Amino acid sequence: MTALDFKSRAHAAMNDAKLAPALKRMKSHFQTGRAMAAARFPEFEMLRDRAAAIRRRSIALMPDLLERFEANATAAGMQVHWAADAAEACAIAARICRDNGVRRAIKSKSMATEEIHLNAHLAREGIEAIETDLGEYIIQLRGERPSHIIAPAIHLSKEDVAETFRAAHGDLPPGRDIAERTALVKEARVKLREAFLTADAGITGANMLIAETGTILLVSNEGNIDLTATAPRLHIAIAGLDKIVESWDDAGIVLRVLARSATGQDMSSYVTCLTGAAAEGEAGPRQSHIILLDNGRSAMRASNKAEMLACIRCGACLNHCPIYAATGGHAYGGTYSGPMGAVLTPLFDGLRENADLPNASTFCGRCQEVCPVRIPLPMLLRHWREDAFAAGIPPRGERWGLGLWRWAGRANWRYRLATRAASLGLRLTGWWQRGTIRRLPLAGGNFTATRDMTPPSGASFQSRWKGQR
Amino acid sequence: MSQPEAALFVTCLADLMRPEVGFAAASLIQRAGFTVVVPRQGCCGQPNYNAGDKAGARDLAKAAIAALERFEIVVVPSGSCGGMIAKHYPHLFEADDPWRPRAERLASRTLELTQFLARHPLPDGPKAPAGKIAYHDSCSARRELGVLAEPRALIAAHTDAEIVPIADAESCCGFGGTFCVKYPEISARMASEKTAAIAATGAGMLVAADLGCLLNLGGTLKRQGSPIAIKHIAELLAGEP
Repeated sequence: MTALDFKSRAHAAMNDAKLAPALKRMKSHFQTGRAMAAARFPEFEMLRDRAAAIRRRSIALMPDLLERFEANATAAGMQVHWAADAAEACAIAARICRDNGVRRAIKSKSMATEEIHLNAHLAREGIEAIETDLGEYIIQLRGERPSHIIAPAIHLSKEDVAETFRAAHGDLPPGRDIAERTALVKEARVKLREAFLTADAGITGANMLIAETGTILLVSNEGNIDLTATAPRLHIAIAGLDKIVESWDDAGIVLRVLARSATGQDMSSYVTCLTGAAAEGEAGPRQSHIILLDNGRSAMRASNKAEMLACIRCGACLNHCPIYAATGGHAYGGTYSGPMGAVLTPLFDGLRENADLPNASTFCGRCQEVCPVRIPLPMLLRHWREDAFAAGIPPRGERWGLGLWRWAGRANWRYRLATRAASLGLRLTGWWQRGTIRRLPLAGGNFTATRDMTPPSGASFQSRWKGQR
Repeated sequence: MSQPEAALFVTCLADLMRPEVGFAAASLIQRAGFTVVVPRQGCCGQPNYNAGDKAGARDLAKAAIAALERFEIVVVPSGSCGGMIAKHYPHLFEADDPWRPRAERLASRTLELTQFLARHPLPDGPKAPAGKIAYHDSCSARRELGVLAEPRALIAAHTDAEIVPIADAESCCGFGGTFCVKYPEISARMASEKTAAIAATGAGMLVAADLGCLLNLGGTLKRQGSPIAIKHIAELLAGEP
C-alpha cells in the first residue's frame, strides 16, 4: 500500500510514457477479443442472463451452499477451514505449512491470496512462496502488485521483463539473448520447473466451489495451476465465500461466459477440477485443504452492494473502463482495480481512505454493459458515494455547494436568481477575456485548464421565453 | 381542434450556457404539432444524486415533478437529464412514498428530444445544409435510454449531412458532470482522445444531443485550435446557423 492518494498515483501513471501504449494495447486486445467471442456465439446474451441468475441465486443461498460444500468436500477427503478475515486466513495457511514442514510453496495466481497479503505473511514465517503464473512471477520479482486482474504484468514491456530476469536470475549468462517473448517464457519456464519439482506445497485460489460434490474448479491458460495443485504433496486452496455455486450445471454456464468476457476465448486452455485428496498409491497431493475466506463478504451480502458478490472476476469491466484505460491498475491502490476494484477496495481497505475510487467515474455505464453477470456497477459506486456523503467524507466546499444548490432549487425564484447571476458573471468574464473564457476561477479553474468556455450569447432561456407558466 | 401540449424541460446547461438549444428544441416540438409549454423549472437534481446526496436530489426531483407532472409529454433536450427523470427518479423514493407513483408517472411520460421526434415526426421540409458531421452519442443516451438510431435517422431525414463514424465511439468523452472538475487530468485525457478521434474523421462539425459532452469536447477542440464547430442536434435540425 502506498501512502499517496488516488489522484497522485493517477497523475504519476498518466505521466509514465511507457504505460500509455501498454494500456492502449491491452484495451484494444481485450475489447476486440470479447467482441469477437460474442459475435461468433449467438447465445451469448441469453447465457449472460442465465449466468447472472445463477450467480445471484448462489449468493442468496450462500450460507446453505457453503455448508453443503463443506460436507461433501470433507466426505471426499478435503479439510475445510473457515477464516473470518485476512489475518485468520494467513494464520491457518501458515499453520498448515508449519505442521507439515513446508519450507517452499508454489502458488498459482490467486486474487484471494493477494487480498490477504499471504506471501508477505508466509515470508515472515520463513516460508518461501513462488508465483508460477508468468505475470505474477514477474511482478513478484519486482515487488509489485498486479495491475490487472487477469493480466497482472500488463503495465510492463518485454524490455522491463528482460531487465527483471537479468537482475533476479543470477545464473543467466550475460550473453544470452532474452529480448523476445519466447526467450523470456523459456527463461521463466526453466526457473519455474525447478520450483514445481522442489516445492513442498502448492497454493491456489479457486474460480468456483461446487457445492453438490465439494469440488474446487480452477481455470488457467498456462497449465501452471494443474501442476501447482497436484505436483506437491500438499495442496492449500484459498477462496472467497462468494465463489460458491450449487451444481456442475451452474458451473458450466458460468464457465461459458467467463473466458469469453475475460480474454475472448471460448474456454480457457485448462479447467482443473479437484475433489478430495489423493489416496495411497494415487497421484496428487496426499493432503488437501481449503480455506473459505469471509473478509467482509458476509457484511457485503447484507448491504446494498450485495450484487458485487456475483462477480466472477473476468476483468471485462477493467478492459472497457475509460478511467482504467487512462490510469492503469496501480492507481487504484488496492488488490482489485477498475470498476470492480472501485466497489471492492472501499470494502477491504476502508471507504474514507479510498473515497476517490467510487467518485472517479463518469457513470458511463460501459462496465455494466459488458459485465457477464450484469452487475449494476455504476449503481454500486453510487451507493458508496451515498455512504461517503452520509459520513461527511466529501470536502466541505463540495458539501456546501450541493446544499446551496438544493436550497436554491427548492424555490424557483432562487434558482432563477442564481442562473441570472451566473449568466451575467459568465458574459462579463467572456467580455473581459475578449469573447472566449480561457480562465474561470471556479472549482479550482479545472474546467478551463484544458478547455475554452464559450460564454452564453445572452440571458438565460427561461428569462427570455415569453408566456411562461 | 386545439393542438396537444408538450412541456419542455430545458435543462440547466441549456438554460444558462446555450439558450439557443432551448429555443431550437421549442421550435422543433412546435413543428411536430405540439403547443410548447415551458413551466417554471430548475435543476433535475442529477448533480446532487451523482455526488451521493440522495436527500438533496429528492428535494430537487420533487420540485421538478411538481412542475412537470400535469403534462402528458415532457421533452428534454439531453440524454443525461432525460435519463435522470426517466430512469432514476423512481429509485429516489421508497416503494411506500406517495411521491413514488408521481415519479413513475413522470418517468413514463418523459422523452429525450430525439426519442420524441422519432415518435412525433417533423413535417418534411427543405433539408438544412450541414456537410460532413461527426455525431457523438452521450453515454446516458446510448446506454441508459438506448437512443442510437433516432438521432441518425433525424439527421438523415432533415439535413443533407454526411455522418462520418467516430472511432471507438462507445468510449465516454470524459465530461461526467462534476467529474470533469474533480478529476481534471483524467477527464482531459479522455476528452483529448475523443477529440483526436473526431479530428481524424475529417468532419467539419461535431453534433451531439447532450450539452455536457458538447461543452467538454467543443471547449477542448477550441483550446486545441481546431476549426471543428459544435452544434446541439436541436440547433442542427431547427436549421439554425
